Amino acid sequence: MSDYNFTDTAAFHGVWVFCEQRDGVLQSISYQLLSEGRKLADDIGVELCGVVLGSNVNENYIKALGGYGADRVYYCDSPLLKDYTTDGYAKVLCDLVVEKKPEIVLIGATNLGRDLGPRCAARLHTGLTADATHLDIDTDKYVEFLKESSSLDLSKQKFDYEDRNLKMTRPAFGGHLMATIICPRFRPQMSTVRPGVMQTQAFDEAAAAKVVVENVAVDLKPEDIGVEILEIKKTAEKMVDLIGADVIVSVGRGISSDPKKGIALAEELAGVLGGVVGASRAVVDAGWMSADHQVGQTGKTVHPRIYVALGISGAIQHTAGMQDSETIIAVNKNDSAPIFGVATYGIVGDLFKVVPQLISEIKAVKAAR
Amino acid sequence: MEFTLNREQQLAQKMFRDFAQNEVKPLAQEVDEEERFPVETVRKMAKLGMMGIYFPKSVGGAGGDVLTYVLAVEELSKVCATTGVILSAHTSLCAAPIYENGTTEQKAKYLPKLCSGEWLGAFGLTEPGAGTDAQGQQTTAVLDEETGEWVLNGSKIFITNAGYANVFIIIAVTGTVLDKRGRKQKEISAFIVERTDPGFSVGKHEKKMGIRGSSTCELIFEDCRIPKDRLLGVKGKGFALAMKTLDGGRIGIATQALGIAQGALDETVAYVKERKQFGRSIAQFQNTQFELAEMKARVDAARFLVYNAALKKQSAADGAKVRYSVEAAEAKLIASRTASDVTRRCLQLFGGYGYTRDYPIERMMRDAKITEIYEGTSEVQMMVISGDMLK
Amino acid sequence: MKAIVCVKQVPDTSGKVAVKPDGTLDRASMATITNPDDLTAVEAALQLKDKTGCEVVVVSMGPFTAEGMLRELLAMGADRAVLVSGREFGGSDTFATSQILAAAVNKIGVDEGDVVFCGRQAIDGDTAQVGPQIAEKLHLPQVTYAAGIEQQEDGSLVVKRLLEDGYMLLKVKTPCLITCVKELTTPRYMSVGGIFECYSKPLEVFDYEALKDDPLIEVDTIGLKGSPTNVFKSFTPPQKGAGTMLEDAGQLVGILNDKHLI
Repeated sequence: MSDYNFTDTAAFHGVWVFCEQRDGVLQSISYQLLSEGRKLADDIGVELCGVVLGSNVNENYIKALGGYGADRVYYCDSPLLKDYTTDGYAKVLCDLVVEKKPEIVLIGATNLGRDLGPRCAARLHTGLTADATHLDIDTDKYVEFLKESSSLDLSKQKFDYEDRNLKMTRPAFGGHLMATIICPRFRPQMSTVRPGVMQTQAFDEAAAAKVVVENVAVDLKPEDIGVEILEIKKTAEKMVDLIGADVIVSVGRGISSDPKKGIALAEELAGVLGGVVGASRAVVDAGWMSADHQVGQTGKTVHPRIYVALGISGAIQHTAGMQDSETIIAVNKNDSAPIFGVATYGIVGDLFKVVPQLISEIKAVKAAR
Repeated sequence: MEFTLNREQQLAQKMFRDFAQNEVKPLAQEVDEEERFPVETVRKMAKLGMMGIYFPKSVGGAGGDVLTYVLAVEELSKVCATTGVILSAHTSLCAAPIYENGTTEQKAKYLPKLCSGEWLGAFGLTEPGAGTDAQGQQTTAVLDEETGEWVLNGSKIFITNAGYANVFIIIAVTGTVLDKRGRKQKEISAFIVERTDPGFSVGKHEKKMGIRGSSTCELIFEDCRIPKDRLLGVKGKGFALAMKTLDGGRIGIATQALGIAQGALDETVAYVKERKQFGRSIAQFQNTQFELAEMKARVDAARFLVYNAALKKQSAADGAKVRYSVEAAEAKLIASRTASDVTRRCLQLFGGYGYTRDYPIERMMRDAKITEIYEGTSEVQMMVISGDMLK
Repeated sequence: MKAIVCVKQVPDTSGKVAVKPDGTLDRASMATITNPDDLTAVEAALQLKDKTGCEVVVVSMGPFTAEGMLRELLAMGADRAVLVSGREFGGSDTFATSQILAAAVNKIGVDEGDVVFCGRQAIDGDTAQVGPQIAEKLHLPQVTYAAGIEQQEDGSLVVKRLLEDGYMLLKVKTPCLITCVKELTTPRYMSVGGIFECYSKPLEVFDYEALKDDPLIEVDTIGLKGSPTNVFKSFTPPQKGAGTMLEDAGQLVGILNDKHLI
């Protein structure tokens, strides 16, 4: 690190995306980050690079990263990089940063990225923003973002439109507060980015063909790694975790004409939204679902990002447990059901008709991306 | 009077509150509906040192004080009066008289196991024909000179914790004596009976209006033989021992009543903010506001009496020559009436929902009533208070 | 052998979160709690103590009012506590915080066989950075997201590390640093006996003077000056509007898509 000076901000160039692979498969977060990184790189007119660490890396396979915006892909190949270890990955990535000096490094805020990012930032003596949900360099774009997503009175705010720092916005206090973080004095500017937030751009075949793929030699010995991987296991099913769930689809008495089908529909909708299924007290008392699904006064208090209430009237018994959810969607036959009083969006209708439409519309939207 | 909790008491209150909210409250409805004694809760309390809060570490206690014990019963009773009385009867009516009256051997044998919660305690005074009336006692204990054993015969009723207790303090008639005026009086003594003693059995389990998870049963003694050294305290002084024990017990029940009232008030405050009628929350109606205000004032008044009695008991425990019968009776009289009054008025604010078992308020109203009855009815408390005034 | 646990006192965000008009958090008006993941870490350390009899040291950086939290941890069964507190430490970001905490852990001393425990992340910042950064500065191997810990006969630990869709089983030699998630275990309550002992257990304060000889502590590595990151703006999301009634599923999905909610 002799000539490496993290405070010499002018010496750092280019936007990097750490492209996470598991079991040799690039994770979708890599494409999301490249798509976002492309915009940032264009804003300041620099190169966008993907970085892949792995074992027996297939050059043709990683060329695809070009199709999502990468101008260049660095890859490091070693049997020791086959599966993720903090020590192995941190050493190789930090060595690479020291050698090439990128000004921005983006890492997916996955369980692995959130292990790697802080370790590297500490070693490189620079700042790291965790779980960013929005990134800007261009101040005009940032001000636009604030107009839409903040309750700030922008007429009272002053902005430096020449500013070239990366503005990394993230939620804090469970989303009650948003903070924009900058790292003005040190480089690289590092951020982990929450998966699923950045949109993946359409695959560009021509760009994929043009991408420069570069193999970088690795200096890594087994004794550099202090942790031994005994086993990696995928678990088939997750437990119902209402409290920690991002999306909850709950059913109420409205499913009573065909409880089995109602629950199946809720499960399918939860599946496409990436959530879990909850229930009102009536459903649990009737024995249609187990008590661990129950939301409300006598059940669990939840505040997911999206709460869908299907056929739930919205007695305070229930709303007491879910009214702090970020976005509440209610479907109910009765247009005067109290649930519509706490809902962000409401649809008056029969859940057995509305939910299948919802599912197919969401699938269509996702397929179109 | 100064009721600022010291730092240990504040921490303990926080712990009891967390414990009650997380471990006790979720079971309260089931314990009530199924009339189930919450063994698992007792086990958890035992692990946390709650079964011997104010006894010194030297006998296996937690080294706390009486007010800390009161805080425990209060927090438990806020969410489940059944659990509150289990702890109260065990501590005040069984461990306390052994600690205060037992021989060195008795203390060494029973207190560590009672304080650790390995054993649960109970107290038997009430009989079909007698409660606070000493001369009505029918259970007898006769010393068998040959074997050196006490032989007990008779029965006790309405005994809290009976179905699960391992150790019982039993009040029995051991003979007759002449009083100051030369009249024949029953001589009363206290004994320690173990569940496994021959001739001892637990009888009928009572079906009750409230505190339905509490195990209230009959105790039956049929030539129940216990060793001679199970006599607790001095022979013939058993009635005084029982009355002194009940002074402590009444602080526990007063605390239970206080907890029920505060618990009902907490539920109601949360409810009136949520419940909407005529387009606004019912908390915005003046009737609601005035009801809440008066109830809070009454609950706080009860708390002052309860804590005052606890502090008085503490000074007695610390060696001061003070009695706390009147303070305990006042605390129980007022706290139990407050509990009945407050739960009834809270249920009214809940309206129809309050009458359903979806909300705990109807249970609290049922639970409150017993505090005006057991360990001396309100009328007995008034006898104690006026007796002291007019002596 | 000892277990050192890093703990943070945080505002309780489970209830109402108070925000000042300038968009910063009104900490004074909010109750404070021990960060939940950190409590899990304390429990993990206490379980190690139950098995091995090791000493459990809890360390927290914060104002003097954090003593109350440390006393609670002592009442749960920790043996001694260290409060890292000083004006010089104020304004630290995660980088500077881990610099200071690493120095404090150094002063407590990390020996052969010791384990440093942290919570995965704190509920006020949710960054999950301080644990790995302390590990880096102490040159310790780290395992984050620990949902299971088994000590082996040779003193090493086998840790079940959570992934999004499963887990890794990792073997790590001690000394090491582990960050814990709530799936690992349920924290115990304070015991009544513990409560009446906790004020007589040792609680040491490490101020700037106590730590300044550690090479990690420099003017430009701690506090506001030593923090690489700054908060550029903080703000609240726009107010939730009144509910909107929609015609059909198609319209709803359109809105959800526009707002990137799906």
